[in-house]
Formats: sequence, C-alpha cells, structure tokens
Amino acid sequence: MLAGDYVTPSTVEEALATLASHRGRGRIIAGGTDLMLQLQRSERAVGCLVDISRIPGLDEIEMHDSHVVIGAMATHAAIARSPLLHEHAPALADACSRIGSPQIRNVGTLAGNVVNAQPAADGSIALLALDAEAEIANLTGRQWVPLSSLFVSPGVSRVDASAELVTTFRIRAQAPREASAFERLARRKAVALPLINVAARVLLDADGSRIREARLAIGPVAPTPFRARQTEDFLAGQVAEQETIDEAAEMAMRECKPRSSLLRAGKEYRQELIRVLSRRALVRSIEAARG
Amino acid sequence: MSKTVRLDMKLNGDDVQVEIEPAATLAQVLREQLGLTGTKIGCGEGICGGCTVLVDGTPVNSCIYAAMKAADRHVQTVEGLSHDGGLHRLQRAFLEQGAVQCGYCTPGLLLTAAALLRDNPHPTEPEIRAAISGNLCRCTGYTKIIKAIQVASQSGPRSR
Repeated sequence: MLAGDYVTPSTVEEALATLASHRGRGRIIAGGTDLMLQLQRSERAVGCLVDISRIPGLDEIEMHDSHVVIGAMATHAAIARSPLLHEHAPALADACSRIGSPQIRNVGTLAGNVVNAQPAADGSIALLALDAEAEIANLTGRQWVPLSSLFVSPGVSRVDASAELVTTFRIRAQAPREASAFERLARRKAVALPLINVAARVLLDADGSRIREARLAIGPVAPTPFRARQTEDFLAGQVAEQETIDEAAEMAMRECKPRSSLLRAGKEYRQELIRVLSRRALVRSIEAARG
Repeated sequence: MSKTVRLDMKLNGDDVQVEIEPAATLAQVLREQLGLTGTKIGCGEGICGGCTVLVDGTPVNSCIYAAMKAADRHVQTVEGLSHDGGLHRLQRAFLEQGAVQCGYCTPGLLLTAAALLRDNPHPTEPEIRAAISGNLCRCTGYTKIIKAIQVASQSGPRSR
C-alpha cells in the first residue's frame, strides 16, 4: 500500500496535529505532482497524506505592507498570471511560466518546488535571486527563514514534510530602479528540464548608472540551488555597463561547477550557457531597472 | 485488508461515490474502478498529457493527480464531451481534419482544447500551440490537430 490514509485538514494547526499523531509517517501533500510520482514508483511509503489544499487563504498572492506574500498552495499557473508578481517579482513570474507543462503548472505549487529541493528548480532559483523568505509552521510555532538556508542536498530541504510545512513566501516589494529577470534553456520549449537556468536581480543607484546591489542565482550547477556570491560581491558598486556585465558573466561561469549529464548536456556547453544566460539576465534586469 | 477512503465527486455531470485506495491517482480510479477507459495513461509520469482530464474546468494530468483532490469537484473526461449521442464540435473537427492517427493522445487533446475554447473562443495559432504544449502526439506532428482546433473554434459552441 502506498499510503495508509488521506485527510484534508481545514487549518494549519489541524494539519500539524495530524502529522504529529502519525509520528513521522504522515506527509504533507500540496499539488502532489512530484509526491504522487514518488508514491507510484514506491520510492516512498506514507502512513497518511495530509492534503493542505482545502485550508482557506493558503493560495493567496497579495501585497502585505512592504512585501508580496505568496501562499503555499499558490500554483505555478497562478503565479505566472499574477499582475502583482509581474510587477514586483518578474523573475519569479517568468520562472513559474516555464515549469513543466500547462497541466503541471495548474496543479504544482511553488512551495512544493522549494521543499523538493532540486538544484534545478526554476522557482527556487528565482526566489533565491529575490532574497525571498519562507514561513515554516511546526508545533513550536511559526518562523520566517531565508530561502537560502533551506537547501541541504539534492532532493533534501530543511523542511521536514512529515512534521512541518511552508505556509507562505514573502518577497520585498520591488524598489524604484530595481528589477529582476529569469533565463532558461532546455532541449524543448515545454516539458523539459533546464540545461541551465539563471535569475538575476539588480538595484541601481538614483541616476541608474551604478549597481548598488546584485543577486545572481544559477541552477543546476551544485548540489543545491546556487547563488554566485563572488559575482554578486563583484557587481556591487560597479558601473552598469557592458564591460562590467561581461566580466561578471565570466566570473559566474568560473564560480559554478556544472557537470556533464546525459539528461542535460556536456559540462563545457553548460559552462558557456552559464556565461550567456547570466549576461542576458543581468542586461535585462539593468534595462528594466532603468525603466 | 488495507484501508480505503471515500471519494465523492461529480463526474461528467453525475454524482459519484467510490471507495478508493488513499494514494490512488484519478486516472486509476476513472479507468479501473469506474470503467471510463477513454482517459489514456501514456507515460504515467505527468509528461505526455495523454491522461488529461478537467477538474473544475482546469486541465490536469490525472496519472499524477491524487484522486482525493477531486473530492467535491467536477471531473470531466472525454466520455462527457459528447451530448445525447452527438459528437462535440471538437470531436467532429478532429475527425474531419484527420487529426487522429493512433488516437492515444486524442482524449487528452480534446479536453485541453475544450478548456482553451471555453476561456478563449477564438485563439490564435500561437495561443493554441501554447495551450497544447503539455499534450504530446507522436503521430501527426500537430499540424492537423491545430487545424482541427481552429476549425472547431470557427464553428461556435452552439453547433456541438
């Protein structure tokens, strides 16, 4: 048997209590597009599936004070068509529009994308560049943690889906002279893994000439979704011009450790992709930040 | 004896109750318990879209969709497309345009196309291509499928 029971709690507290009663044998199911496949393949056996999709409000995408908040049940499709996210987190809206297929995006959630902790996860890569935080709920309470602290190894996140859940993500509202962009290359335009994906975010100074702050997240080039921190540090304070961007893209390529993969492509080709896609993402971010 | 759970849903307009395995997929319940074999399982991994059905009007891959997620929702399969023995305008257009070869992808494509035409009665070709990007066909190369959806969109919903 693949799962012993299936329950649909109506509050986060009820979900946590149900997980606790199954003592590590329960598991949260959001969209289930990854989990159902793992169950079918008997890669996982579960005492009880705890479906959080009927908890009211958990699919919200809203502005709360200075942050955009995205509920754990927000699907990729809902994120991709959200005007609020196109305005404040274009890299995320774009990333979610490229995941899987329409059918997958109609069901799969951003929270599931993050908790499954794949280094190539388009949603995680965009969230990293946006300095997103996740709210984790467990029996000790609720806590905001930076997304960058969530990833342990391929397929393993710090969120223990047998005892806790992500309830919400939050992203600071995009400032004037700030923008983000997402780039991805895959073998096909639909239902295909990314060979490389890149999300960039830049904040320019008041006259738009210098980069005040930059973020560059790249996948899959390490065991976890990767931030090119050396490149980010280099970019801070630089003049936002072609020469700077070329140097940063070169640096990002050297900072990453892509492997040859039959599923994706050879190492050398993927290194070149890191350079090209990083450059494109930075150029698009800077252009958008200048308005 | 393993535990089962009760699923209540609306299926092609009718109320249905069925006892299922807790982790059963919607495709398994439709095909193996309810006998609706129009829904095809191709890859079984949520890639090919052969198993596409509509849940509250939204296309989903039923081979990786927990059947319990359909509780209290309306599931539409290819068996629900025809009315009073008459074919849906999309089914007729697929036949007339030769958009069916082996036929395995057809039920999923019909449902994806039905959802598209409901939301966007006169889609452009790029809109059709984007909408069916999660339905793989290995026979026809899509040209006739796209043509059939265009023809159906011109025939209007009243001619179903």
